[in-house]
Amino acid sequence: MSEKRHTLSVLVENTPGALARIAGLFSGRGFNIDSLCVAETLDPTLSHLTLVTHGDDQIIEQIIKQLRRLVDVYKVVNVTEEGEYVEREMALIKVRAEKENREEIFRICEIFRCKIVDVSPRSYVVEVTGDKNKLEAVIELLKPMGIKEIVRTGTIAMKREKKST
Amino acid sequence: MTGAKMIVEALKKEGVEVIFGYPGGAVIDIYDELYKTPEIKHVLVRHEQGAAHAADGYARSTGKVGVALVTSGPGATNTVTGIATAYMDSIPIVVLTGQVPTKLIGNDAFQEVDITGITRPITKHNFLVKKIEDLPKILKAAFYIAKTGRPGPVLVDLPKDIQQAKGEFNYPEEIKLRSYNPVYEPHIKQIEKAYTLLEQAERPVLMLGGGVIASNASEEAVKLAEKLNLPVVMTLMGLGAFPGEHYQALGMLGMHGTYYANMAVANCDVLLAVGARFDDRVTGKVDAFAPGAKIIHIDIDPTSIQKNVKVDVPIVADCKRALTRLLEVTKLVGRPKKYWKERFKDWWEQIDIWKKRYPLSYKEDPNYIKPQFVIEKLYELTKGEAIVATEVGQNQMWTALFYKFKYPRTLITSGGLGTMGFGFPASIGAQMGNPEKLVIDIAGDGSIQMNIQELATAMEQKLPIKIIILNNGYLGMVRQWQELFYGKRYSAVKFNVLPDFVKLAEAYGAVGIRITRPEEVEPTLKKILSMNTLVILDVHIAPEEGVFPMVPAGKATTEMILV
Repeated sequence: MSEKRHTLSVLVENTPGALARIAGLFSGRGFNIDSLCVAETLDPTLSHLTLVTHGDDQIIEQIIKQLRRLVDVYKVVNVTEEGEYVEREMALIKVRAEKENREEIFRICEIFRCKIVDVSPRSYVVEVTGDKNKLEAVIELLKPMGIKEIVRTGTIAMKREKKST
Repeated sequence: MTGAKMIVEALKKEGVEVIFGYPGGAVIDIYDELYKTPEIKHVLVRHEQGAAHAADGYARSTGKVGVALVTSGPGATNTVTGIATAYMDSIPIVVLTGQVPTKLIGNDAFQEVDITGITRPITKHNFLVKKIEDLPKILKAAFYIAKTGRPGPVLVDLPKDIQQAKGEFNYPEEIKLRSYNPVYEPHIKQIEKAYTLLEQAERPVLMLGGGVIASNASEEAVKLAEKLNLPVVMTLMGLGAFPGEHYQALGMLGMHGTYYANMAVANCDVLLAVGARFDDRVTGKVDAFAPGAKIIHIDIDPTSIQKNVKVDVPIVADCKRALTRLLEVTKLVGRPKKYWKERFKDWWEQIDIWKKRYPLSYKEDPNYIKPQFVIEKLYELTKGEAIVATEVGQNQMWTALFYKFKYPRTLITSGGLGTMGFGFPASIGAQMGNPEKLVIDIAGDGSIQMNIQELATAMEQKLPIKIIILNNGYLGMVRQWQELFYGKRYSAVKFNVLPDFVKLAEAYGAVGIRITRPEEVEPTLKKILSMNTLVILDVHIAPEEGVFPMVPAGKATTEMILV
């Protein structure tokens, strides 16, 4: 069976220990976490968690079942299997901005619709939002200028509404 | 009302009659309330591990929730093995631990430990109470979670200031948790599919696990097996779910299963597994497990299904309800018993050949007491009416094979975790829950020493438990592996010093008897079974006796080493 990347959307009770329980489940049972994003929802008693993992069908089935078994987990959706969805990730990239390559950085930012959110005499901080591929592309292009630091958020995802009326 | 009083009131509301515990600084307030509450019997153990196992043995033997109460820090960590044991076997217990005051949590205070952190992977759920307002609801939830769905241990950590705080005690009559909704009713389409598979079967097998006992579904399992003329195999945790001496019972399957149970499973074309989780000790090499069979799997826990073996008809449901529905469908179709008798006649002929070829047996020896003989005699003399706890290792397997458990909840054994030192404290819990019954602990000379301190607890409670030590002076199961697979290199399995178990019994005020000759077995067993006191019977058995049949780890279950 082939391994595939899956994005899971998980609603959990906003209680201390809930996140530790989920992280512990993954490490204890040898599942992978590629990225994890957690934040409150409109209902402050629930937290939303977007989790990217990979594995074959049997492993993904186990991961979802094991998550649902946790007393604190309210809902698990495998976004990857639910049709069309939007995925976003954000990165802050501190890149060396010497005179000779400032133009180039501007150009890249324009093409990829990035923002420059901090400017210092020798470096810029670039904010980029998009899916994983876009982020990778921007990072690849900025590398030659000299990247000093990168911070990434991990993926968040949302199902698209049906287009037909 | 103080938090401590709320805790005791909650125990009363939950119908708790007995708890097992050990006091300490962080639970003095609760003990002060217990002092004023004679309705709740407190059993003072000698080590907190004993409290957890005793609560577990109480739960296994009665079907009620077992309760343990211990202090913070080391008191709490000492229960960890007991909690893990209950978790692996899905036993409903509630463990109440004291904790340092909330403002000291995280300070490395005296006797502070993060017990909710430590027990997170071995509890069904756990709670740290941070506000007195939450206390009643959390206690209600703890009992509710422990006993519903797939049962399991729940731990509630109780900081000292919460026990002393005052609040209003509104104990909810019922509780609903939005994120926890166990499924009990099976999908009827799946039940119909299961029935159709059984109709098409030529060589069916019914496999019963601990879930049948947990859901009190033995009656339904027997009805279905008898109606459809199904051969029945049981996992270690399932023993007692179906009467061991019934002509359709093939005994235990797996690593130390009977020849005919393993052959039947390996050759069946439909396997109906109920409340079992296909643990490696059951399946052996997974690819060779029931290779030609369509598998129907009934379990209340969806994670158990498709975890280890591929299942054709998954049924997520309470075992009792699923079997009830399956019986209803069977009745609706209305084939007579005679039809099923005829239908599986050839299959039964084959099974009878296997049974005759390698019946469960052992070699007799006039010079040595054979452990299997002890268990056989014990079964005969107790007529299968005793509650039998075991330790872990050879003693456990000999008991599983040679004591033909008649009723559910009469075998008390650590199946999943395999905890040495479990049997004796568990039998204390079983005896507390079943004062009128005969309770026996089958032990090894290794295991019994792991919680021997509980002799004082049992004597204090005047419990007439019979401890039968199958004493071979070895850690016998490891020795057996070393003999078979490690070139007889007996590394660290020989006890050069063993206590004199007779004197040890006497030191605690109990009766101790030693036997070394086969002819002493029957009269001595008769004698101790009639005594109304705690007895340690130290039986010196053939030192290098093995447990057979045996499937070497990782091999197919048909590759058995026989006697």
